[in-house]
Amino acid sequence: MKISFTLNDKTILIDTEPDRRVIDILREDLQLTGTKEGCGSGECGACTILVDGESRLSCLMLAAQLEEKHITTIEGLSVENNIHPIQDAFIQSGAVQCGFCTPGMVMSALNLLYRNKKPSREEIREGISGNLCRCTGYQKIVDAVENAAQKMKDDAFNKEKAGT
Amino acid sequence: MREVFLPLTLDDLWETVFEYPQAMLYAGGTDLLVRQKMHNYNCNLTQNHNAGSPGKISSDLCYNPLICLERIQELKEIYQQDGMIFIGSCVSHARLLESALIKRHFPVLIHALKVLGSPQVRNMGTIGGNICTASPAGDTLPPLYVLKAVLEIRSIDSKRFVPLKHFIKNPGETALQEYEILYGIWIKSNQDFNLHHYEKVGQRKALAIAIASLAAVLRLSDAGIIEDARFAWGSAGPKVVYSKKIDRALIGKPLTEESLKSVIPLIREAVSPIDDIRASAQYRRAVSGNLIFRLLQSGNNVKN
Repeated sequence: MKISFTLNDKTILIDTEPDRRVIDILREDLQLTGTKEGCGSGECGACTILVDGESRLSCLMLAAQLEEKHITTIEGLSVENNIHPIQDAFIQSGAVQCGFCTPGMVMSALNLLYRNKKPSREEIREGISGNLCRCTGYQKIVDAVENAAQKMKDDAFNKEKAGT
Repeated sequence: MREVFLPLTLDDLWETVFEYPQAMLYAGGTDLLVRQKMHNYNCNLTQNHNAGSPGKISSDLCYNPLICLERIQELKEIYQQDGMIFIGSCVSHARLLESALIKRHFPVLIHALKVLGSPQVRNMGTIGGNICTASPAGDTLPPLYVLKAVLEIRSIDSKRFVPLKHFIKNPGETALQEYEILYGIWIKSNQDFNLHHYEKVGQRKALAIAIASLAAVLRLSDAGIIEDARFAWGSAGPKVVYSKKIDRALIGKPLTEESLKSVIPLIREAVSPIDDIRASAQYRRAVSGNLIFRLLQSGNNVKN
């Protein structure tokens, strides 16, 4: 089955079986191995991607459902050589230990910050509640998302100021 | 390999359904695709899995074509009409949480949606899927029971309306016949309740399958007397548990610990919970009763 969709801002056409899982297409066919598979049943959030700007689990989504969708994976966040402010904040805040949950965490943080530019710590916890981390104890991840929100707000402010 | 269809309209859907009568329907995929994975792991596990699946299980789960309903716009509408609110079966939990109509009219449903799954599951899962999965632990079910939701069921050339309480027959079993779909949910707007309450007891906050849950809507007079009340419990029996006897027992009484205590024996008699991996039947019976005391903590309630 031929499926056309937008992946990290590029339109692509793939030819695959319609019942394959999106995570397998990303990792095995397209070599985008940033997206991880943890539980494979929707409980760990490691495979989180954005579909039309909304977080979804790529282990519970089939190839046919990609048609005409805009997909963002962790690989799509950096612009040229600059990593995304959320990624930077994860590094700066020490929010990465083994790193396996990190791509999914970052995508969930992005899903949250798209909708809530200045979340409280409680709202951040809620926003990443579908992602499991077995290393950090979450505190530093919450710190990272809080710092990223501030950084993105400052960046937007500076951009606006530069434009006027 | 098997086929996966993505109809864009109801006409497309009917065409596919008649061409592939053995096809299985799904919306968000957060239940069906998980069951399929479990089946792949271990066939016996799925056959003994008493959370059930709509109709057929076992090998059908892995070989029959799939029809995904998520692109059918008609099933994704929320609107008000003739004193009723319509929710299309494929409206996601996240859309419901954002809806001004739902927030205004059905706070009890909003409370339940907030603790359903996780952000990702709420973005994918739909209210129709939660109903058709017919799990005793379905988070939207107790609120929909107390709101007296009526389901619109469509086939290619007919429609019928079935109250939710008659729709769910057993765990995983609904009144849907062959070539029928759940089209949407109708709920009377402006129901005269000024206290909406929902609480789920789970092993953790997010992604928890309910050990027990309680939805309640009450109308309190200015003096705090209960004028009307409806209660429904989740995970407390094979289906949602409700009892007119309990509802009526509280009418005319003040909302106090003493009044609530008086119905505890009725609740413990009405529920018929099971032992499972999450909790014992004994614990569920105790907690189903005790949950009612939370009505006294206004922090959990929304008063209009």
